[in-house]
Amino acid sequence: MIAIIDYGMGNLFSVSKALERLGEPYLITNKKDEILLADGVIVPGVGAISDAMRLLNETGIADVLRDYAASGKPILGICLGMQLLFEASEENGGCRGLGLLPGTVVKIPGVTTQGEMYKVPHMGWNLLQLRRQSAILKDVEEGFAYFVHSYYVTTETDEIILADSLYDVCVPAVVGKNNVFGTQFHPEKSSMTGMKILENFTVLVSEGVSVK
Amino acid sequence: MLTKRIIPCLDVKEGRVVKGIQFVQLRDAGDPVELARFYDEQGADELVFLDISASHEGRKTMVDVVQAVAAELAIPFTVGGGIHTLDDMKKLLRAGADKVSLNTAAVNRPELITEGAEFFGAQCMVVAVDAKYDQDCGTWVVYTHGGRVKTEWKVLEWVKEAVRRGAGEILLTSMDCDGEKKGFDIALTKAVSTAVTVPVIASGGAGGASHFSDIFLEGKADAALAASIFHYKETSVAEVKAYIKDKGVYVR
Repeated sequence: MIAIIDYGMGNLFSVSKALERLGEPYLITNKKDEILLADGVIVPGVGAISDAMRLLNETGIADVLRDYAASGKPILGICLGMQLLFEASEENGGCRGLGLLPGTVVKIPGVTTQGEMYKVPHMGWNLLQLRRQSAILKDVEEGFAYFVHSYYVTTETDEIILADSLYDVCVPAVVGKNNVFGTQFHPEKSSMTGMKILENFTVLVSEGVSVK
Repeated sequence: MLTKRIIPCLDVKEGRVVKGIQFVQLRDAGDPVELARFYDEQGADELVFLDISASHEGRKTMVDVVQAVAAELAIPFTVGGGIHTLDDMKKLLRAGADKVSLNTAAVNRPELITEGAEFFGAQCMVVAVDAKYDQDCGTWVVYTHGGRVKTEWKVLEWVKEAVRRGAGEILLTSMDCDGEKKGFDIALTKAVSTAVTVPVIASGGAGGASHFSDIFLEGKADAALAASIFHYKETSVAEVKAYIKDKGVYVR
């Protein structure tokens, strides 16, 4: 059973429907005991990271997710949900994240080092470049994924970047360390490539992988 | 680098897909879920559903259509038409739509864009603009109510205002080109695309594959939308993509 975290932000319906297509049982919840009992957790999210962190802190879910990650069971953050896994964000004057992965969330510049303007949000299909082998990328071939975001992760811990995409800057697209994973794109909206990554996550969940 | 997107548009009336030629004639062209699956398999990058139901019941049906499509589709889709309140947006986005598109309601009350952007994020907010060239003004002017009402807004001013208020994407329809099948409005699209910092979807006028390469290479569009040429199988998404790829357009 996968718990999809409902903290008031995010397209829960699309993620849950994708799990249904994979035949994976899930529940949508914001309850501490239900989350801690789940075999895997998905943190969705769209919108502003400061609003999301405020909601997660107010409801106590932030601490529950930290405990969950510490238990070694698989956790997957999607889009804003992935950004929440990191230490901090500079969005709207800055805020702290869950701190499960090392790195900071910063704005996509919108202008190249040569002074050429480009569009933000990074919205559309971009090529995933596979960087490292990981269970979450098993049998995933280089393909396109659907991104919608204005901020991206920067990290000095290069080994957590499993795949990336180029959009002027190098955008970490799939990140992972031990049992904590994230995708900057929406796997549930990324056709075959995305569905394969979600399927890999459900395999990790069913195998009860505890890699901490 | 982002690929250029090809977006089939499905006009939905009382739960069925129809297509207006120059906003007037209508022909029934099928079931929304069937068509959505068909376009997904063909390589469509996204879909737009435009609800043209006149009745309250018709619009309620749209929520069911959205839910049925969301259950089926692993690509993003936008819903527009008849959205006037934050509550309307909530219903559609919770039913599984990825973005909502505002047109008349945004012109009538631009604050609505901001309200939606603050609640859902700018990436969910598409502002649809129906544009028509005006000889007297010497530029394009915004029309609302399905192209029936001329407004005071010049297109280039309105799109900047819409983005300032939180629009994450502009769906730009050329009323001059719509239904003519002689190609997209390159001058209009280029003017808008270079005026705003968000992606622009060109719409209106697609009659063949070469029109798509033109609008990407010359019109600076980020995405191109078409309806009837896909629905009536005059060409396919796959054919268009193969053609424009050959012309040097980066596609998925």
